[in-house]
Amino acid sequence: MAKSKGEIVISEQFCKGCGYCVEFCPKDCVTIGDKFSAQGYQLPIFANEEDCTACAICGKMCPESAIEVYKFIS
Amino acid sequence: MIKRILTTGNEAIGHGAIYAGCRHFFGYPITPQNQCTEFFAREFPKMGGVFVQSESETASINMVYGAAAAGVRAMTSTASVGFSLMQEGISHIAMAELPCVVVNVQRGGPGMGTTQTAQMDYLQVTKGGGHGGYRNIVLAPASVQECFDFIQLAFYLADKYRNLVLALSDGIIAEMAESIELRTLEFDPLPEKDWALKGKAHKGGRRDFISCSNLLTRPTRDGLKVLGDKFHEIEANEVRYENYMTEDANFILVAYGSSARISKEAVDIARSEGFKVGLIRPITLWPFPYKPIRDLTHGKKFLVVEDGLEQMIEDVRCATEGKSEVYFLGGTARHLPGPGGMIFPDRVIEEVKKLI
Amino acid sequence: MKEEERGKIKVYGRPRLKKALPLMYCPGCHYGIITSLIAEVIEEMGIEGDTIGVSSVGCTFITTQYFDLDFIDSAHGRSPAVATGIKHAHFGKPIVFTIQGDGDLAAIGMGCIINAINRFEKITTIFLNNANYGTTGGQLAPTTLLGQKTTTTPDGRDPKTAGFPIHIAEFLSNLKGVAYSARCAVNTPANYNRAKKALKNAFQKQIDGVGYSIVEFLSACPGSWKLTASEAMKRIAEDMIPEYPLGEFKNVERII
Repeated sequence: MAKSKGEIVISEQFCKGCGYCVEFCPKDCVTIGDKFSAQGYQLPIFANEEDCTACAICGKMCPESAIEVYKFIS
Repeated sequence: MIKRILTTGNEAIGHGAIYAGCRHFFGYPITPQNQCTEFFAREFPKMGGVFVQSESETASINMVYGAAAAGVRAMTSTASVGFSLMQEGISHIAMAELPCVVVNVQRGGPGMGTTQTAQMDYLQVTKGGGHGGYRNIVLAPASVQECFDFIQLAFYLADKYRNLVLALSDGIIAEMAESIELRTLEFDPLPEKDWALKGKAHKGGRRDFISCSNLLTRPTRDGLKVLGDKFHEIEANEVRYENYMTEDANFILVAYGSSARISKEAVDIARSEGFKVGLIRPITLWPFPYKPIRDLTHGKKFLVVEDGLEQMIEDVRCATEGKSEVYFLGGTARHLPGPGGMIFPDRVIEEVKKLI
Repeated sequence: MKEEERGKIKVYGRPRLKKALPLMYCPGCHYGIITSLIAEVIEEMGIEGDTIGVSSVGCTFITTQYFDLDFIDSAHGRSPAVATGIKHAHFGKPIVFTIQGDGDLAAIGMGCIINAINRFEKITTIFLNNANYGTTGGQLAPTTLLGQKTTTTPDGRDPKTAGFPIHIAEFLSNLKGVAYSARCAVNTPANYNRAKKALKNAFQKQIDGVGYSIVEFLSACPGSWKLTASEAMKRIAEDMIPEYPLGEFKNVERII
């Protein structure tokens, strides 16, 4: 498996399913899942982990600050 | 060594504010209170105070809202028309429970009215004026000395109850000159304003939030209880009035501010002619002295002297609970048809003789 | 072979000064992104200890809850006056900013901000332009675009009856008291970064006492525009920016 440089964690409590993370990820790592949050928002999922570069664009574009971005360090 | 000066009601307010430790004034020009605004424009910069002239009374009351929220003694002064522009801001000050002082020098109304004296704002200043059913403590000075003293009292009461206190003057009190004693009035100690906005660094990192709405701070019902209890406490503790020759009187004048000065002279003249007339002068228009008036009702008649249309008479009727006849002598009794007219003592006596 | 042990560090998360609360904004509302920006800028500039925010009436009313800063809300359109009171209360020491929507600033509060600037107050205003009254369901605002349908211009804004969109950043930049005036957006990561620089410039003007500073944000309002988040985001580039060009309209080091 190719070594991904980073990973993101999406908070189900804060996410409102607006889809900006899906729209703005330059590597299309995030897609809309089929799971719904307690408030009924359709949650995105970090699908293509291997392409993530930990650029944090998803985090910055998230109105709810629901995304934490981590970078792997060897 | 007592320090005395000869000054006007408007400027006495300025001296009183300085003695009260107020160093922040935000105001807008309007007759007949301009000497008050001009006093602060002249004096505050000399003593490191802040004078800001705003673009409207709506702005100046909101500047007071901000300065009071930052924990300093702040005030504004205006006149009837301008006071009307402050109502929304005052209602927000009431909800946020911000201590501050407003001076309102009454002039003829309604509308643009006149620039000269009148007493036509009683209901506005005591029954709310703005939305929401809040209460302002209202002090009514009847002398230049009281203008000086009441500002110090006003700032004390404002801080004590975190409530707006209004000094209600009028064109006569504002512009007449009397010699006054400059003195610092003593009051009980007050708690620190640890709720004030200063920036987190000045409070050990704690953030504070002040709101003019219950939406974000507390359930509505709790908010109503807090305000309701406070107003009851003020009503129980802060009523002020003066009884003048009422002990043996069978005819009582009820008047505040400049009309009280005129009525006091009328009492003296009537007494010299053998009429048992007295005066009760409300000093706090809110909380209104209902009980002190009720205590005078048995077998007495009342004449409310108020330079305008019938307003305070409503509260006097409430106080007497129908046990006494209550009459009114108002603006139509002025000695001149034009805006410069006044109610003179002999006109009051003429009315007393008709009714006694 | 077990994958080689790899540590990871957090490179991005909720800004420290943006409190961990669910926001009361509609899904996709740009107020949330702008709130992050403000929180990041104030933290990075190291001024949180002396900063006091003044919110206004509209969707900005609730921003008071999302910042770990001293904050106060105020009457509709009056936050520049409230900010004046606060700023002078502490003799100019605190960093005071207002955060206002387009109805609040450009309609009911226009006289207030113009005079605050003309009095040469040293305050920063963050102006959120979403071209309608969002909180109350999407009525016409002074910044509503020509032809834009709102609940009070059901057939689209017609200048004959509802006048013209107003350009606040350019308009206020003509006042002598303004040291910095810019218009930004957060509809792309690049614009996000430019907006952050603009906000820092604006606060720096206040810190240096140069003059009044304004940053206008074009802000998507999916709720009251009655669009999905993605459509609202697209609308910023397609409809809003053509009417409201981004950029700096004034940036001076000294005024007097």
